[in-house]
Amino acid sequence: MAASDLRSHSYDVVVIGAGGAGLRAAIEASAQKAKVALVCKSLLGKAHTVMAEGGAAAALGNVMGEDNWRVHFRDTMRGGKMHNNWRMAQIHAQEAPARINELEAWGALFDRTPDGRINQRPFGGHTYSRLAHVGDRTGLEMIRVLQDKSVHSGIDVHMECTIVKLFVVGGKIAGALGYFRETGRFVLFKTGAIVLATGGIGKAWQITSNSWEYTGDGHALAYEAGAELIDMEFVQFHPTGMVWPPSVRGILVTEGVRGEGGVLKNSQGERFMFRYMPDMFKGDFAETEAESDAWVKGDRKKNRRPPELLTRDVVSKAIVKEIAEGRGTEHGGVLLDIASKQSADLIKKKLPSMYHQFKELAQVDITKDPMEIGPTTHYMMGGVKVDAETQESTVPGLYAAGEVGGGMHGANRLGGNSLSDLLVFGRRAGQYAAEKRGTPPRIPDADVDIAMQEALAPFDRADGENPFAAQSALQAVMQRHAGIIRDRQGLETALAELDKLKVRALEAGVTGSREYNPGWHTAIDLRSLLVVSEATARAALERTESRGAHTRSDYPDSDEKQAREQIVIKKEGARMTVRRETQPPLPADLMTLIKEGK
Amino acid sequence: MTEQRRLRLFRGTRERGELKEYQVAAGEGMVVLDAVHMIQAEQAPDLAVRWNCKAGKCGSCSAEINGKPKLMCMTRMSDYAPDETITVTPMKAFPVIKDLVTDVSWNYEVNKRIPAFQPRKPDAPDGTWRMYQFEVERPQEFRKCIECFLCQDVCHVLRTHEKHEQFMGPAMLVRAAVYEMHPLDAADRRDYLRHDGGIGYCNITKCCTEVCPESITITDNAIIPLKERVVDANYDPLAALWRKVTGKAP
Repeated sequence: MAASDLRSHSYDVVVIGAGGAGLRAAIEASAQKAKVALVCKSLLGKAHTVMAEGGAAAALGNVMGEDNWRVHFRDTMRGGKMHNNWRMAQIHAQEAPARINELEAWGALFDRTPDGRINQRPFGGHTYSRLAHVGDRTGLEMIRVLQDKSVHSGIDVHMECTIVKLFVVGGKIAGALGYFRETGRFVLFKTGAIVLATGGIGKAWQITSNSWEYTGDGHALAYEAGAELIDMEFVQFHPTGMVWPPSVRGILVTEGVRGEGGVLKNSQGERFMFRYMPDMFKGDFAETEAESDAWVKGDRKKNRRPPELLTRDVVSKAIVKEIAEGRGTEHGGVLLDIASKQSADLIKKKLPSMYHQFKELAQVDITKDPMEIGPTTHYMMGGVKVDAETQESTVPGLYAAGEVGGGMHGANRLGGNSLSDLLVFGRRAGQYAAEKRGTPPRIPDADVDIAMQEALAPFDRADGENPFAAQSALQAVMQRHAGIIRDRQGLETALAELDKLKVRALEAGVTGSREYNPGWHTAIDLRSLLVVSEATARAALERTESRGAHTRSDYPDSDEKQAREQIVIKKEGARMTVRRETQPPLPADLMTLIKEGK
Repeated sequence: MTEQRRLRLFRGTRERGELKEYQVAAGEGMVVLDAVHMIQAEQAPDLAVRWNCKAGKCGSCSAEINGKPKLMCMTRMSDYAPDETITVTPMKAFPVIKDLVTDVSWNYEVNKRIPAFQPRKPDAPDGTWRMYQFEVERPQEFRKCIECFLCQDVCHVLRTHEKHEQFMGPAMLVRAAVYEMHPLDAADRRDYLRHDGGIGYCNITKCCTEVCPESITITDNAIIPLKERVVDANYDPLAALWRKVTGKAP
């Protein structure tokens, strides 16, 4: 490979991904006086964080003074079906308020309470009104604030740059190879500390709220570098994605619609969520429509929350069941109705982008008519196994924060816990990565050459298979066999199909030049998609129970013996290995907190 | 229900390019970005186009559709007559990289030069601030900006006169307005706006407001108040004297 083809940079810390977690990590590392590069697959400010709508959960107690970190911790653990890394859930609940206040000090303009403090809205699984928000565009606000903070922090931003390989030398991180989309030219980052903040894997399914970027690059890069992945069976299917027209299928409808009083109905007009109350949450939610309505109107002391605000796993499964039993709409969804519960003015004020989205894309006026919705692939609970305090993976020098990290959310994430997770653990990853700085081991030239050759291989197969076709075949396999409801046979089929797809991916070819060539980009992303899809299917096959977002029709019940067991995925030689590991039990004081709520 | 639709897309680079015609089978509810993606997946895998959210929230898929600056993801195929050829070209105010992708890095450079947000000292007992909804609503309008740069594309100062060196453009004026009208901000950007930002170049034709997919009232709510602040600072003799004596903005 010609040396002229390769640019090279040295940094103390390289952050891969520029959503909330990546930006927060880069800002923190820079504050520790590290020389920082922020590498992102899209333009700065376009990461998936902009799509986050409802808000960031933090026990500020501004709306309901009873709230504190202990309640937030308990809600997070119960929402995660007790499978969470308890220390991460504790750190998250304790530090989230400070991170939100810090964002305000950097210029964030959250909606206000009447007495001038940050307002907080109710959300699924949260006992109290807890989500700091800006209408239904909280993520956009957050990313813009962090973006502006980062550009004044002396961070080098490398936009539209995709990382294809991490180098580990002598057991330590040594650098990363990427290419710029614009030119197709390679770039080598030499560094001893890498923070992965690449988000999730939602592009492995057909119906998804995720963009083209979400191909599990960070998960796959870490796996290939020898890091362990955990909880890969826990994929969150958000209950409310658009279903009609076909071109918008999967686009997210914020949980904020239900937070503001929206109700779910089947095609017979029945408000069905009252029938789906899990034992764990009995007594915490309204049992009649009258009680729900009173809560929505603001009387929250005497009344309990509507059952539409149950955790996402519960609501998604209820919707799937309603549809399977013939009570779905003509396009295969159910109805989400806020028009009959709130005034047109309130809807437009609190949910402006939902109003706009349905009006423009579906020609539905949500202040007058219900929305047709159904589950959509949304979030990956599983990810790189990290130390709770430092976010360091099992590979020294490699950190992971945000969606690509695993453990914090257990078997199911609560809405609003992602934006706060990004801030809390993004900051920690940046801090500890900066502390790790030092001269990285030297990367052998031959290793770089091989990585470049592998990346360019699709150009040698101009007659090869269209990478877009291979990608869409993979999505069909995962949608069909590794979706919301799984069983042994389906998952085995998925693994067999993925094996065939690996061969097809090796035969994928591209034409044209290296300059901004999406066919080539898709061929490269396909490598990541194959890794994360296989990891998901293997972990799902191994977990012989149903828990949170992982539902097995052949093992429909939760098995308490498996509650704290984690499925660990690791590369050994060329093979993907699967093993079980028992998480440490909760300390007695935290266990007491959990029990207090029952 | 599908129907055959004709599209003409710009294919090429800065140096040379042409409009190429494609046919797609358009389904119900399809937007222009869907059609472009179909062409990419089935006929032209090297067709360059930016996109992310596909829901009008990220501002990546800006282009000119039949000459009008629009987001491809929010423009329905059914907005055009069935026999009409839909022509998609890259934004004109920025250099083409390839096909529908343009080099918008200039916007990021301008943003870096806008003086940063500087909050006043926390003045609430808990070490934070109090702000009221009516105060935050004004800058919140500008924070709706998704950085699609369609307003920059349509602005004749940039599009026709190519004054990128002298004028920051409506999108970046909106960016400055967020902080200028932020209840906590204590920085003074008037000098920057007047000189480096070239706010005087804007002659309030409101083309930017018309194309904004987020319906931000760019001219009336952001640019005109900023112009007034700049004028007040520079041409009010009392204010000038105050500044001289106190060293602070009035």
